[in-house]
Amino acid sequence: MLQCQSLSRTYRSAGRELTVLKDITFSLEPGGFLAILGPSGSGKTTLLGLLAGLDRPSAGTVHLDGQELGVLSEDHRARVRGEKVGFVFQAFQLIPTLTAQENIQVPMELRGDRGAASRAIELLSRVGLGGREHHYPSQLSGGEQQRVALARGFSIRPKILFADEPTGNLDARTGATIIDLMVGLNRDLGTTLVLVTHDLDLAERAGRTIRLADGSVVADSAA
Amino acid sequence: MKATAFVFRMAARELRAAPRRLLLLMGTVAVGVAALVAINSFTDNLQDSVRRQARALLGADLALVSRQPFSPAVEALLDTLSRGSRLARITRFAGMAYVPRTSGTRLVQVAAIEGQFPFYGEIKTSPQRAWSELDSGRHVVVDPSLLTALNAGIGDTVSLGEGRFVITGTVQSAPSDAGVRFAFGPRIYIPARYLPETRLLGFGARVEHEAFLELPTNVSAQALADRYRTSLLPERVRVRTVADDQRNLNDVLARLTGYLGLVALVALLLGGIGVASAVVVFVRQRSDSVAVLRCMGATAGSIFAIYLIEAGVMGLAGSVAGAVAGVGMQRLLPSVLSSMLPVDVTPTFSWSAVGLGVGMGLWVALVFAFLPLLAVRRVSPLSALRRPYESERSSWDRWSVVASLSLAGSTVALAAYQVGSWRRGAIFALAIGVALLLLWAAAWVLIRAMHRWLPARWPYVWRQGLANLHRPANQTVTLVLAIGFGAFLLGTLYLVQFNLLRQLSTAGGPARPNLVLFDIQPDQLPAIERGLRDAGLLHTVATPIVPMRLRSLKGRPVTELLAGTPDQPGGDGPANAWVFRREYRSTYRDSVVPSERIVAGEWSRPGQSPARVSVERELATELGVSVGDEIVWDVQGVSITTEVGSLREVDWARFEPNFFVVFSSGALESAPQSFVKLTRIADPAERGLFQRQLAERFGNVSTLDLSLLQQALEQLVQRVGLAIRFMALFSLGVGMLVLIGALATSRFQRVREGALLRTLGATRSQIFQVVLAEYFALGLLASLVALVLAAAAGWGVARYVFEGSFGLPVIPMSALTLLIVTVTVLVGLANSRDVVRRPPLEVLREQ
Repeated sequence: MLQCQSLSRTYRSAGRELTVLKDITFSLEPGGFLAILGPSGSGKTTLLGLLAGLDRPSAGTVHLDGQELGVLSEDHRARVRGEKVGFVFQAFQLIPTLTAQENIQVPMELRGDRGAASRAIELLSRVGLGGREHHYPSQLSGGEQQRVALARGFSIRPKILFADEPTGNLDARTGATIIDLMVGLNRDLGTTLVLVTHDLDLAERAGRTIRLADGSVVADSAA
Repeated sequence: MKATAFVFRMAARELRAAPRRLLLLMGTVAVGVAALVAINSFTDNLQDSVRRQARALLGADLALVSRQPFSPAVEALLDTLSRGSRLARITRFAGMAYVPRTSGTRLVQVAAIEGQFPFYGEIKTSPQRAWSELDSGRHVVVDPSLLTALNAGIGDTVSLGEGRFVITGTVQSAPSDAGVRFAFGPRIYIPARYLPETRLLGFGARVEHEAFLELPTNVSAQALADRYRTSLLPERVRVRTVADDQRNLNDVLARLTGYLGLVALVALLLGGIGVASAVVVFVRQRSDSVAVLRCMGATAGSIFAIYLIEAGVMGLAGSVAGAVAGVGMQRLLPSVLSSMLPVDVTPTFSWSAVGLGVGMGLWVALVFAFLPLLAVRRVSPLSALRRPYESERSSWDRWSVVASLSLAGSTVALAAYQVGSWRRGAIFALAIGVALLLLWAAAWVLIRAMHRWLPARWPYVWRQGLANLHRPANQTVTLVLAIGFGAFLLGTLYLVQFNLLRQLSTAGGPARPNLVLFDIQPDQLPAIERGLRDAGLLHTVATPIVPMRLRSLKGRPVTELLAGTPDQPGGDGPANAWVFRREYRSTYRDSVVPSERIVAGEWSRPGQSPARVSVERELATELGVSVGDEIVWDVQGVSITTEVGSLREVDWARFEPNFFVVFSSGALESAPQSFVKLTRIADPAERGLFQRQLAERFGNVSTLDLSLLQQALEQLVQRVGLAIRFMALFSLGVGMLVLIGALATSRFQRVREGALLRTLGATRSQIFQVVLAEYFALGLLASLVALVLAAAAGWGVARYVFEGSFGLPVIPMSALTLLIVTVTVLVGLANSRDVVRRPPLEVLREQ
């Protein structure tokens, strides 16, 4: 499902080269659940961005569902994301001007799916927010917003879902519900999960963990 | 297809959220469009009125005009043409009116009427029958202002030269009179058959003979005019038709409405800046949503389309609102301008002006939104995860070039449309481009300067505030451009207005002559000079005036020049035929006067042969002569051969006798001539007494009271000024909105910083001082640079467009600078009010 080979990423900032990721290689089977662990600044989020095709590597390749991302244009990668990828962010990132239901509909509408509205309502009740269709993000609590974001992430039945510290802005209990939901959806839909976190409890629930430090893999549970 | 559906659905949702920031966009577009619709509707109405009232303006279908009595050939033609239709004649000249009962005198425009004039339109008099009964006796109908000036009333006897008439009524309205005409004296209508009794048509008097024809409906006036125009040229008869009048009038009015239209365009362009700054803020607000949409697979293009549609809809709404307001305001314009318009303007709804205004508003909204909106394409999906490591590069791609070019092209096109000339439109846009470039350079210098030379000894709050000007993500360039450009447009507008009005009002002066005596015959001159000397009055050397016409230029007879080149017989003749045909009232003297300057050749020396003439520079260009060319004049039937000795530049704005052509001494002394003298009598009563005595003794000598002319001019200037200020108000309004909008772009940055500073222990007053320092520096730099640019632009417009001198009003310009700096600082402080009003934690959490 996901292969990365000798992946590196350097940035130029204030005239200096800054190496954030060095020579990362691993692969992940369909339906797998990977947790990427590491302290702040270890390169977790950068890796996630590269795996999801949000950015281009400085060296190495990423194959998502058999397709190499590095050779595609940004619009092309956007299309790949629209077809196969779901996202959940630490800061929820709901679009403030859209209602809960519309936020969930957006990825489906982008693909031109039929029945987006009814599926959005169904997903909302699945995450326990039935009847909140017309609420705006500002009218929802943090946990509720993340549940809407989760419903949005799964709305297109993605082959792979990337989550960046999905519980980072939530209290432990709310966080646990979110993780339960994610794991349940992963099981029911067969979606591959890639999760960035520094929450060890959360990492334990993943089938596989990769630990980063200073931009390199220091431990891989599958190795 | 699916992408299009998504784009429209998202655009509709975005609009539903009614972004408050974009209300500013709507507002600025609305005010600009309101100005444009008001002006353009007014222009349409004006042209419409001119078209509808043109026949009444001429009063007939066809008119023949000449400076000399019609020749037998012309009379024969008139006879033929008027068979089966009507003919009327008017003889116009200037003369002194004198009312013995009150001893009032006044220079008047006499019109001697013969026949049932006018055939179209109506001259309204009070009492109503005064006009129809004019011919039934020695009656006159006068302008009401004359009664006031002469302290006379209906029933009084007025003398004109040696004729005596009874005032039977006043003119309430005559369609053909523009306000400017009144400046040269009130009108007085007399029956033509009593004209000889006045004995005012002596030698040298400037008389205009007009014959008016009413044609049968199946005869085209234009066709007749075209047929006879050429053959009447040698007779020195001009043909006027309704269409000619309409065209001339439209030319004059185009200049007025062109200026007002440009003012409206400035308001709309300022509105464009308002749009751009609103969009900058909007894009910044939406960048998170954009990143998320990109993560979920939306292409850069479709996101761009969503927001462009949104800007377009808001722009359209603003334009429609503006058009509604403009239609309302258009009703005010005729009342502001009515006294200087030759026609009655009825405000009617002009579809074309409204459609065009809405179209221009929408276009400006889209074009100005386009460039800043391109930034959404550069929002990386990665920024949904975290702030990017690398600072965003605002790289120039194909679309930025397209956007910039269409912005420049639109400015040229809109300006060209409003002023009706591509060249002027391009100059206008070029000036704007140069101004933006220089403002950008100034901002760049400021950033470098603050980076290098910020003194470490200065108090912390000042250093903090000024350092904000060069720190990363600073707003210096954006704000200097927005504030500076607004200030530049406002400043230029003000300077143009100031100089326009100043130019109109520089007439006269405290010690200048205020009374002109003209048409003095040679035998009257000694007596008049003696009278002036005995009374101890200022008197200038008498200026001789010799009327003449051109006979030939450089060996070619004028008749040949008028008929066109020999290769094209029957051509319509040169476009400037008038300069060949007109009567020249020339003088002779042996020295240069202060109001003129030799620009080519040299002043004549006595005894040169042939006699030398000095020709005014622009006339020389029109005649196509230069130094050394031969000109033969027809002076009352006598040929005088001359050579162009020099070219002169003349300051016509001075109230002094100035001439197109000046002869060297010795050539014209024996020609038939009259004299002009200038004098000054400060006291109005004494001036009146002098004029009266002169009129009694020398009936043919006219006096022109310049102080009256000056008053009339001042009134005119005030009216024009009112109209100009009325329009400038629009620009000031939009300018302020734009300033507020531009400063709102900086709000996010500063609120967050302020909250952080407060968290770290800064007091409210310290925060205020930091903000004050930053915005004061921005406002001062932007307005100073802008006003220097405005001075340059104002000078250019005054010098090359209105061809006058340029003055810089220091106090108002300083006031404008102060106003801009104050508003900048106040809006900056208002932007920061959240920081000091609310607890810092709340602000930080929200961001």
